Amino acid sequence: METLTMKVGSLLLVAFLAFVAAASAADSGFAVHMWIVVAAALLATFVIANKADFAALARGGAPKPDQSRYDDDPVRWGVIATVFWGMAGFLAGLYIALQLAFPVLNLNLEYTTFGRLRPLHTSAVIFAFGGNALIATSFYIVQRTCRARLAFPGLARFVFWGYQLFIVLAATGYLLGITQSREYAEPEWYVDLWLTIVWVAYAIVFIGTIAKRKEPHIYVANWFFLAFILTIAMLHIVNNLAVPVSFMGSKSYSAFAGVQDALTQWWYGHNAVGFFLTAGFLAMMYYFVPKQAERPVYSYRLSIIHFWSLIFLYIWAGPHHLHYTALPDWAQTLGMVFSIMLWMPSWGGMINGLMTLNGAWDKIRTDPIIRMMVMALAFYGMSTFEGPMMSIKAVNSLSHYTDWTIGHVHSGALGWNGMITFAAIYYLVPRLWARERLYSLRMVNWHFWLATVGIVLYAASMWVAGIMQGLMWREYGADGYLVYAFSEVTAAMHPMYLIRATGGLLYLAGAIVMTYNVWQTIAGRSRTEKPMSDAAFDPEADRPIVSPQTVPAE
Amino acid sequence: MASRFFDHKKLERNVTLLAIGAFITVAIGGIVEIAPLFYIDSTVEEVEGVRPYTPLELAGRNVYIREGCYTCHSQMVRPFRDEVERYGHYSLAAESMYDHPFQWGSKRTGPDLARVGGRYSDEWHVQHLTDPRSVVPESIMPPYAFLATREIDFEDIDGDLGALSSIGVPYDETMIENAAADFAAQVDIFGDASGLRERYGDVQIRDFDGNPAMLTEMDALIAYLQMLGTLVDFEAAAAQEEAR
Amino acid sequence: MSYEAFRHFADSWGLLFMVLVWIGFALWAFRPGAKQHHEDAANMIFDESENDG
Repeated sequence: METLTMKVGSLLLVAFLAFVAAASAADSGFAVHMWIVVAAALLATFVIANKADFAALARGGAPKPDQSRYDDDPVRWGVIATVFWGMAGFLAGLYIALQLAFPVLNLNLEYTTFGRLRPLHTSAVIFAFGGNALIATSFYIVQRTCRARLAFPGLARFVFWGYQLFIVLAATGYLLGITQSREYAEPEWYVDLWLTIVWVAYAIVFIGTIAKRKEPHIYVANWFFLAFILTIAMLHIVNNLAVPVSFMGSKSYSAFAGVQDALTQWWYGHNAVGFFLTAGFLAMMYYFVPKQAERPVYSYRLSIIHFWSLIFLYIWAGPHHLHYTALPDWAQTLGMVFSIMLWMPSWGGMINGLMTLNGAWDKIRTDPIIRMMVMALAFYGMSTFEGPMMSIKAVNSLSHYTDWTIGHVHSGALGWNGMITFAAIYYLVPRLWARERLYSLRMVNWHFWLATVGIVLYAASMWVAGIMQGLMWREYGADGYLVYAFSEVTAAMHPMYLIRATGGLLYLAGAIVMTYNVWQTIAGRSRTEKPMSDAAFDPEADRPIVSPQTVPAE
Repeated sequence: MASRFFDHKKLERNVTLLAIGAFITVAIGGIVEIAPLFYIDSTVEEVEGVRPYTPLELAGRNVYIREGCYTCHSQMVRPFRDEVERYGHYSLAAESMYDHPFQWGSKRTGPDLARVGGRYSDEWHVQHLTDPRSVVPESIMPPYAFLATREIDFEDIDGDLGALSSIGVPYDETMIENAAADFAAQVDIFGDASGLRERYGDVQIRDFDGNPAMLTEMDALIAYLQMLGTLVDFEAAAAQEEAR
Repeated sequence: MSYEAFRHFADSWGLLFMVLVWIGFALWAFRPGAKQHHEDAANMIFDESENDG
């Protein structure tokens, strides 16, 4: 009873404080956000009070959850949230891709301009889709590999819902023009503070679960999750150091300026890629690939070297985003050297994942989920080769500021992060909802091909666009003058932007197929379909070859 | 049995050790790369002419940030022949020394803006921001017509200057006290701008959006765009180099 | 320490030190004695008591 009173009381207090803040807000955006907080707190109060089993409380204690099973509620919510935010993020991406091809789609409204929707897209896919996938899979994996229920189940629920509130505040903020203009760290100071609280709670639940484990060894996937959680905490706090203009307003100014601010931001920005989108997803790889392939990871020792080398090297790579800028040369050189070295642990990890299938390569043909995982690893290998290459200063002088960077990011995000997440979702859904199998394995196959063709169109068009752009900007005529005006280069991009949008449409179509498939699986249906692994068999042809010579003459 | 001095098995079985080890490993790179930037003097060599933004320019910069202009426009000219020819002298570290946050950008869907100041007329900017394709048919920029009708609230701009001064931008007390007055003075060609000039030097003073009846976000944004890259006199610097 | 001296150290002894540490680390991970331990760790996720299907 006391805990229920405490929960409801503190939620009502939060609602009241947010109400006061909304009433005395310095700007309308801040007021909107505080109203959202009021609504969220009241909603949570209502749900908690409504759900409480008062009869049990009266008997003197709420019923204990079944301690013999894993605590999978937050994982189930996380899977649904991943699918939902994935759709939202892909849709936003397709829309802004179309805006670049058809600027009329900016709709002449301040809320729907490219400048406001672009952070909405990046945050939705990285933090909403990717973040929910990471939270859900980490809670799933840490319980299984530790053979223990989640520590602090209440806190785990707070992590999930608190993270959703962060997403809603960030997304609405972008539409309202509330931004720090730090790429992938756009939310303003108060949203950052909220995320810090949620993240600390996440770390407590995760580390707490490891601490109470029944298995002496900490499985490699958990090391990657641990490094991801700790490093993101460090990056988030340092990069978002800022002075708010007013504690009742949304605007703040970064604590750093110019060169220092730029390097801090890209130290963060590159390691959002390195630890959010790489270390965390490698953790998924190290659990789900062996499980789906039903064989242990190729080399556990390689994974140790992979882990320490990767986390040590990644953190240095940030300055390659600032080649030939006003950043001192020594920092640029360091960034380049470490980025190139990073190729090795990245490929070590890729090889470790792929070779796990050694002796079971036929599964690529028979199991579309394995096929997705292999494609994810292939794209991981491709983009971790492309990245070091683009960090070489000579290459970067051409590629920087162009759409090549956009193509590179998407071959990593769509190919690696997207595919491995889809594979994990397909692995998890039947297990979490206790279904015999997925609604349809053939739909997984459809999803695989739609996504793959989509990525190929996307990456190829952006390579062409980026290299063309870089070459046109620097082209000199025989007269010694620049050949192209900037606007002419923009016009030349149009066909590439169309192909890119087509690729995005295919990728979104694949995600729609997945949503339907997941929906039906959760609903408990299974599609009657021919199995995937049917090898061709013709009984008529199933006989020995009889050569004419051996036939006795009559 | 593994070595007595260092045993990964211990690390694999102790979450505290593992966490501390991982944290130290990831901290090294940042410390070695970022920390020196704050104390190595040669990182930012001070250049004559660089000054903090006037209140109006600062408000314009905040509009620039709010609209996400950095998602398509860089403000960092690299030292290549084609870039210098297309955009102007390459960017110096000192030119963004008061930029909280920096706006170097990472993508040129549109051209670099580090030296856009003075390149186009105010009228061009108003027309271009209102309807980009009416002046540049190939443009894919979103229209920002709403800026011209949105009155800008500048009574609290001293708070912004105060926040910036607390993190090292040299706004002094008179600048903060007179922030709102200086804001209004920069768009009033008939007013007394001596205080503004005394505090910020030779700033551009005019009605930037061509609508004297109202002080709009368009005024502020164009005031910011028109001063970008104009603070350092590169002609003077070049002459000095030749004399030596 | 001046910038020049720091840089000189970084691209000579500093670099050598890091390479040696890494090689030592890699060799250590692949030492024969730990084979069984690593195999057990890799197979841990297939333990039947995991009962997650």
